[in-house]
Amino acid sequence: MADLIAFWILAPVSVIAAGGMVLSRKAVHSALWLVVNFFTLSVFFLILGSPFLFVVQIIVYAGAIMVLFLFVIMLLGVGSEIPLTERIKGMRFTAILLGLALIVGLFVAIGIGVGFARETLPDMNAVNQGGNVRALANVLFNKYFFPFELTSVLLIVAAIGAVMHGRRRFSEEETIDAPVDETLTEPAPNGRGAGPPATVAGNGGRSPSEVAPPVPSETGGHP
Amino acid sequence: MRTPISYFLLLSGVLFTIGTLGVLVRRNALVIFMSVELQLNAVNLALVTFARQQGNLTGQVLTFFSMVVAAAEVVVGLAIIVSLYRKRQSTDVDDADLLKG
Repeated sequence: MADLIAFWILAPVSVIAAGGMVLSRKAVHSALWLVVNFFTLSVFFLILGSPFLFVVQIIVYAGAIMVLFLFVIMLLGVGSEIPLTERIKGMRFTAILLGLALIVGLFVAIGIGVGFARETLPDMNAVNQGGNVRALANVLFNKYFFPFELTSVLLIVAAIGAVMHGRRRFSEEETIDAPVDETLTEPAPNGRGAGPPATVAGNGGRSPSEVAPPVPSETGGHP
Repeated sequence: MRTPISYFLLLSGVLFTIGTLGVLVRRNALVIFMSVELQLNAVNLALVTFARQQGNLTGQVLTFFSMVVAAAEVVVGLAIIVSLYRKRQSTDVDDADLLKG
């Protein structure tokens, strides 16, 4: 009985959160609505007999992935508003029509395939013998061991891909330490190009206090 | 469990449809990406529901894999959005129309 009450409380919250995610004007609001949706889904996982996925959903989705989303929204600036006008004429109407067709199709498919009546379900406690995590690990590391190892390759490739995309002006840099040389030779247009490299080269035996004085005179001397 | 198993599937279908509408209607690349995440989560819910119905853990393992793939996908996708923003100064998907004839 408790699961039915939980379902009827959380299912509307989940749908409202999903609708709010699609309809809200700002990307930050969308992200926050999506977090609400992820939390409700995690409770559904708990109802359906998977405490492990309940925790993973909260940690991975509501924690890691949404923080990543919010971080990118923050990085790109929330102020950049995108107009909500239609680019293609009748785009929104067609989309709603297609969405209605999809949902009717899904309802019919579920009605034919599963039926809307309550059925007697197999005992999940017998399946989760010794705890859900232990039972899940038993399946994961025996039957699906090779796919599990493949995910490590996927994660490495994804990490490398993210680094490649995240680099600034990838084609213009020749080596990794090109920006370091750029900062050292930067004051050259001001007529004192020999200054900073000389200090860098000559500070081998000197203490930092001896190297420091030229810096204020350099910045304050000439405009 | 008193809740019919089909209720969860219907909810999953509704969430998937809302995600599809988000992908079709919105123009902000970040919101489109979030809608894709919503679709993935709707399918995850369906998988866990079928695992409950069948009484085995294969659906839960598949959900676990799908979460791993989604995490990798989010990392690469957000990196692409950031590099797109660097080029075009906008996250509007309609601005990236270099292949337009």
